[in-house]
Amino acid sequence: MSARLSRLAAIGTLAGAFSALFGVGGGTVIVPLLILWLGYEEREATGTSLGAIVLIALLGAIGHGAFGNVDLAKGLLIAPPAVAGVVAGTALQQRVPERAVSAVFAVILVFSAAVLVL
Amino acid sequence: MDVAALLVVAFAAGMLGGMVGVGGGVLFVPALVVLMDLSQLEAEATSLVAVVAVGAVGAWRQHGYGNLRPRDALVVGLLSPVGVVVGVVAANEMSERVLEFLFAALSLYFAAGLAARALRGPEQPSPARPPR
Repeated sequence: MSARLSRLAAIGTLAGAFSALFGVGGGTVIVPLLILWLGYEEREATGTSLGAIVLIALLGAIGHGAFGNVDLAKGLLIAPPAVAGVVAGTALQQRVPERAVSAVFAVILVFSAAVLVL
Repeated sequence: MDVAALLVVAFAAGMLGGMVGVGGGVLFVPALVVLMDLSQLEAEATSLVAVVAVGAVGAWRQHGYGNLRPRDALVVGLLSPVGVVVGVVAANEMSERVLEFLFAALSLYFAAGLAARALRGPEQPSPARPPR
């Protein structure tokens, strides 16, 4: 297995572990690691993270669904505005400098670390 | 009124997801708990339905902008169930407080790396850029 492939595998494993432990999507782990470990630019890191999240969330939703924890009606209620939001967010992202994405992400990480510990 | 607030939060979560490449669960989950009276577990599970939609449409849009590497996304996504097992084992072996501190420390480490990168500014042209 190439070094690059093992890094990707490590990112997937970490993302799965953190989503199982803290109920967060893997994005908070995937985006920084793609940038810092694999030399991704910000836009590619966020786009590729969203692609991976589809699989992670789908597997999680199926698993939770099997235990009857999914309220499908409420999930489908929030999906349309969320999809409108992501279309707007990705469009907006193309118009800001890539390093601004890193800066915003750093702020989010500090905030979530504070929430976890406090 | 609660439904209207939920829809507004959902839009904001999707927007954040598109901007920074996350699924939006960080906002969906508390909104479902506070506004829809779901339990934490039900909210996390239900949030995943919207996260699938955000991820799919977001990845499709980013593909259009030339910002998706499908093979890498596939490897990360397919390895995540291994991580889920690791996470469940860790949850049984270590105290929740220790895990929270570990995750917080990792988050701060990532934040420092990204902040340093943002402060350095745009990348200088360099032949050493990793292969795509």
